[in-house]
Amino acid sequence: MNVEFTLNGRKIAAEIDADENLYAVLRRLGMYSVKCGCETTNCGLCTVHMNGKAVLSCAVPAARCAGSVITTLEGLQDEAKKLGECLAGEGAEQCGFCAPGMMMNVFALAKENPCATDEEIDAYLAGNLCRCSGYVSQRRAIRKYLAMKIEAAEGEVRA
Amino acid sequence: MSESGKNRVIGGVGKPVPKKDAPALLTGKPVYVADIAPKDCLCVKLLHSPHAHAMIEEIDVSLAEKLPGVACVLTYKDVPDVRFTQAGQTYPEFSPYDRLILDRHLRCVGDPVAIVAAETEKQALAAMKLIKVKYQVLPAILDARQAMDNQILIHPEENWRALVPSCGADNHRNLVACGEDADGDVEAELAACDIVIDREYSTQANQQCMMETFRAFSRLDAYGRLEIVSSTQVPFHVRRIIATALDIPKSRVRVVKPRIGGGFGAKQTAVCEQYPAIVTVKTGRSAMLIYTREESMTLSSPRHAMSMHVRLGAMKDGTIRAIDLHTLSNTGAYGEHGPTTVGLSGHKSIPLYTHNLKAFRFSWHTVYTNTMSAGAYRGYGATQGLFAVESAVNELAHRLHMDPAALREKNIVREGEVMPAYYGETAASCAIDRCIAHAKEMIGWAEKYPARTLENGHVRAVGMALAMQGSGISQVDTGAVMIRLGDDGIYNMSIGATDMGTGCDTILAQMAAQSLECSVDNITVHGVDTDTSPYDCGSYASSTTYVTGMAVIKTCEEIRRKIIRVGAKLLRCREDEVLFEGDCVARADDGAFVTLAEIAEKHMMCGTEDISACVSSGSEISPPPFMCGCAEIDLDPLTGEIRLVDYVGVVDCGTVINPNLAMRQTEGGILQGIGMTLTERPVMDHLGRTVSNSFLQYKIPARVDAPSIRVAFEPSFEPTGPFGAKSIGEIVINTPAPAIADAVYNASGVRVYHLPITSEKVLLGETE
Repeated sequence: MNVEFTLNGRKIAAEIDADENLYAVLRRLGMYSVKCGCETTNCGLCTVHMNGKAVLSCAVPAARCAGSVITTLEGLQDEAKKLGECLAGEGAEQCGFCAPGMMMNVFALAKENPCATDEEIDAYLAGNLCRCSGYVSQRRAIRKYLAMKIEAAEGEVRA
Repeated sequence: MSESGKNRVIGGVGKPVPKKDAPALLTGKPVYVADIAPKDCLCVKLLHSPHAHAMIEEIDVSLAEKLPGVACVLTYKDVPDVRFTQAGQTYPEFSPYDRLILDRHLRCVGDPVAIVAAETEKQALAAMKLIKVKYQVLPAILDARQAMDNQILIHPEENWRALVPSCGADNHRNLVACGEDADGDVEAELAACDIVIDREYSTQANQQCMMETFRAFSRLDAYGRLEIVSSTQVPFHVRRIIATALDIPKSRVRVVKPRIGGGFGAKQTAVCEQYPAIVTVKTGRSAMLIYTREESMTLSSPRHAMSMHVRLGAMKDGTIRAIDLHTLSNTGAYGEHGPTTVGLSGHKSIPLYTHNLKAFRFSWHTVYTNTMSAGAYRGYGATQGLFAVESAVNELAHRLHMDPAALREKNIVREGEVMPAYYGETAASCAIDRCIAHAKEMIGWAEKYPARTLENGHVRAVGMALAMQGSGISQVDTGAVMIRLGDDGIYNMSIGATDMGTGCDTILAQMAAQSLECSVDNITVHGVDTDTSPYDCGSYASSTTYVTGMAVIKTCEEIRRKIIRVGAKLLRCREDEVLFEGDCVARADDGAFVTLAEIAEKHMMCGTEDISACVSSGSEISPPPFMCGCAEIDLDPLTGEIRLVDYVGVVDCGTVINPNLAMRQTEGGILQGIGMTLTERPVMDHLGRTVSNSFLQYKIPARVDAPSIRVAFEPSFEPTGPFGAKSIGEIVINTPAPAIADAVYNASGVRVYHLPITSEKVLLGETE
């Protein structure tokens, strides 16, 4: 079957199988930032945005994407660089395999709750597993990024 | 190096520079195995044995082969009858040659029965369902304690082979290794001791759970050679393993390692590479195998489960006089890393208490069972042994009514002491005393030990443990580094060490920048391709910083000499009349200079002189890093729930090359250790099937489970290490289990001897 949706700002039509999930389709479309770390919706590696909300692309039937707006890290490169610098400054990315999914969820958090406390950050990102870092450095980096976002927003308001 | 020389270094040793691959990783660039695989790769799938022990009586693949899109279906009839080991170790491997790519004899649930390759995953899975197999089910050994000299033989085959017979392997006894190491008369010393702690401990077969599961693709390159792109820690070993398994010359195989999504030792075993490789050999097509998480949990290379019997003898004043340790290790269906991991359980625990030790004995058996083959996991046996010995030391402190920290301070190995239980090596660099003092201060030991009750009835308690590891495998591990001078005076550094997220590409470049008096940005790093990279045994055994790091220093020394030679020639003077100044070579007398860029241009002109160097390095010794870990827990006496509040780790890894990356290694290792201690519980049913086959059943720590983890360093200076450095990667996983176990005891009075420590055990006592 054929579905049409918007992928990273571009309207596309994709040929899909009825039983395929969004993760498989995105990989086929070359969105290689989207990773798979389990098959049981536990790891958060495949997180993308669907109509502005973070979803696990392995748990979304591709057919349900018809008419929706899908964003992957490929579509948020400027933002990825900003958050990426915060993470790299801490050495918090380590192997990096979980990074794109975690970053997509951080972007969703930044929209929903930019003033998140450490506990709120941990709770929001609880579904984004990382086996390398021990999480504490990522928490520091995310806090720094959120602070940067707030500062930028306040700057805009003043201007 | 002159003062001005130091100023030229940017991002050198001791600086927290970001990882060189960070920009690519953090913008989601396609740099991992599956991202760069050819689009027309066949999808490879494995049919797994449903039985723990069985022979294939009949196998019929004729229907499966006929399915559209199926390229091949392979069974034991299609593979070479050449046994090999998947263990990534230097030849001749200690691990026995006990595997075929596919075998008629199935030795554990999950053992591959057939390989299916098809155009799509769907077609491969459909074909798999059409394979008809008739099994002769055999009685299985699932308990390691029953394995030795059992009538059931797991490897009765004639062509089973131990390359290193001295490790005591005997397939007719289900034995992969046995042996003993001793110093002094341990029985006499124990008899003379005022107190002997005599206990059994056990640790479980933990999964590494790197986020990127096992995977590799293979293809024939332009020369018709077999190219394997793999998520591996050991590219050069994989080259040898694959050539052996396929019975083809090693010159026909090339292995490439791109970015790796974590390893932690799991990928020191060639878990999956041979399956796509044989498909490519049979079909000429590109082929890729990606393990599912379930496969990565059920047919992989977990930690060796070990049972340890400790007898720890001491006098009333707290001097530890004798340690007797016996370890029984379960290697599972195949012997990968079986003979070697068990050795660390004693050799990296007993030496901590060298100071007053009069005698020790360490004996071991490693046995085959019909369970998943174990492998290498961060800590590699030391983690297991330290849980036992450190727990015994904590129990001794309680029996003597001594502070466990004070008991340790009395007995720990001192800098300069010879450690009989560590191959007679000397602790030339050792700040373990400072690690203990610093950790006590950070956790607030004086105020918090042993426990206090909060208003809500919860109990807060602290516990401590020490650890050591090695830095590479002495007299074995080898790392070579090649550096070439390029346009504009840049340096291209090629390494065979495998960055798997650890950041070794970056820290090795920092060492090169320090040695060549330049910016770390002036050093490009490339690795690994077995066709072009210099030989390195790979990244394991905590070797890279120490072993490959020394190769960086030696290589830099050589290329400096060559640059000076060419520089002096251009300046028309003798070599001893010029100085190497990082970006130029200058005459000492009048300051006339020629830039590095000019020197680089000259050597690209008419074959004047090649300016490159490649030096290999190894070490006669393996200097141990040391660590002290302290846990603070919150225990609910009503439910037995244990919550980590704080964890402090203080490490002596010698000189810290990159504080950011060393801290991340430490924090990550500590959290893995906490997971092992509290929640990571591999479960097998009575038929040998691994039930904990996903993150739902095998619970690794999430963010909400992570306590505050605080890390500090107490650097010593290792005279044989690069810039005084030792290793960091493995030691950091070793302290949580014994430290938390003692904190739990201090909070509840319950001492847990068998990991993991669950609320049920705290409330009801151990039942297993």
